[in-house]
Amino acid sequence: MNATKKVVLRFPSDIADRPLVCELALQFGLRFNILRASISPHREGIMVMEVIGKEKEEIEAGLQYLRQEGIGVESLSQDIRMVEARCVHCGACVGVCPTEALFMEKPSYLVRYDESKCIACEMCILACPTHAMEAVI
Amino acid sequence: MERVLRTYEEINEKIRSGKVVVVTAEEVIDLVAEKGVEKVAQEVDVVTTGTFGTMCSSGAFLNIGHTKPRMKIHEAYLNGVMAYVGLAAVDLYIGVTQPAKDDPLNKVHPGEFKYGGGHVIQDLVAGKDVLLEAYAYGTDCYPRKHLVTWINLRDLNEAYLFNPRNAYQNYNVAVNLSSKTIYTYLGVLLPNLGNAGYSSAGQLSPLLNDPYYKTIGVGTRIFLGGGVGYVAWQGTQHNPGVERTERGVPKGGAGTIAVIGDLKGMSPHWLWGMSIRGYGCSLAVGLGIPIPILTEEILYYCSVRDEEILAPVVDYSHAYPYGTGEILGYVSYAELRSGKIRLGGKEVPTSSQSSYARAREVALILKSWIQEGKFTLTQPAFPLPGVESGVRFRNLVERPASVNSELVGR
Repeated sequence: MNATKKVVLRFPSDIADRPLVCELALQFGLRFNILRASISPHREGIMVMEVIGKEKEEIEAGLQYLRQEGIGVESLSQDIRMVEARCVHCGACVGVCPTEALFMEKPSYLVRYDESKCIACEMCILACPTHAMEAVI
Repeated sequence: MERVLRTYEEINEKIRSGKVVVVTAEEVIDLVAEKGVEKVAQEVDVVTTGTFGTMCSSGAFLNIGHTKPRMKIHEAYLNGVMAYVGLAAVDLYIGVTQPAKDDPLNKVHPGEFKYGGGHVIQDLVAGKDVLLEAYAYGTDCYPRKHLVTWINLRDLNEAYLFNPRNAYQNYNVAVNLSSKTIYTYLGVLLPNLGNAGYSSAGQLSPLLNDPYYKTIGVGTRIFLGGGVGYVAWQGTQHNPGVERTERGVPKGGAGTIAVIGDLKGMSPHWLWGMSIRGYGCSLAVGLGIPIPILTEEILYYCSVRDEEILAPVVDYSHAYPYGTGEILGYVSYAELRSGKIRLGGKEVPTSSQSSYARAREVALILKSWIQEGKFTLTQPAFPLPGVESGVRFRNLVERPASVNSELVGR
């Protein structure tokens, strides 16, 4: 069985141009899926990715390597939260969610949130008129 | 003249005796598909409709009671949101799109519009204390000049919702053809046809179930904000002459209604303050109208399905703001509600601004009120202007004036 973990990587400007992420595959046999990235040489960068390995320990070892190289590694899980009591189930968030983490359940037409699909792009926070979606800092 | 199956009086008699047959505008669709219009029209007395969405042209009149010494309020704020006071001494109107006085608006775009008139109304109906801050210039009969006090809905003399334009009969579908994200009242619209925003309960929506206003008119008793209200007048921008489909459904925003109802009987669940990013504050209103099945034709109109209701797709990056009138095409509410529409060969995800689940809930609540004998139907005192009335929505024809020295605004 595969283990997966979504992480936010923060690259300080002095290492943003070094090929470090590829080491996850080369050294640790991990696969990764880049969900969002904004990295330019000599500038601070940020990358959101899903890391996939056989064991949880393998993933942790890979992430530990990135930390040693100076990359900030944070877990993405629980980053965006839906406050059910504030949701009126309009669906304003559904069409702007790039991963269908927010979707309209049928036939109830209630808005549902699948956290495991969320990439924390925060589009839902912009779209929600009732402040039902919030980032947990 | 079509055969009358039942009168308002007969329906109300059945409501009082607990024998009335009520179905929602959603339930009637399957019934008609199964049994046909003729048979269902014999069986069903009332069809209930519902909608729950942002309705910007809304607000409430409040009479706060007189102070000692008396005060003729000249400027007032409720929780920091300006209310209109150009009325008698202690009468106020709080409009739902009025943002808080200290709101940064769109200075940092897109603005958040965290709190406005709609939120004040939601707080009032929730029973929360609201801070009133009022100023006056003072007169011989109204000497007081300053007032800061907590007020509560239960203590107000009168508090009634009066919404000049609600329950739009159909509406635009908004898309964005430009290359940057735009922030509209139909939601965040992603560039290059990234998504489409729409707002109608479609087959459940009141005026789409009575497309020619055969039963909904001035004086019709309705579900409003969780309480009871009435249709007060045609809504502003009422535009019955819009092009219609073969079964009479307008192919764009057409009829509207002005509604009124006692805020004291309403609920914060059905009057919900909205913060629309980059656009402003507003209020989502729950509204439902019962349709008496007086004739077969009236039932036929109630059996309309989302597949049969078409909405115009409009580019909100250019065509809408500049009023070009250009329509990119038509899509049905069945397509919109499926989550994706096809436009120019592209699959476009859809975002609804009105809640279908809540619209359904309104129709079901109204149904239960009628079944339980708590809600009877009223015959309109006066019909809404129909297709034949010639009433139409016009744009302003500007007549430029060179009177700069006399201008008083900023």
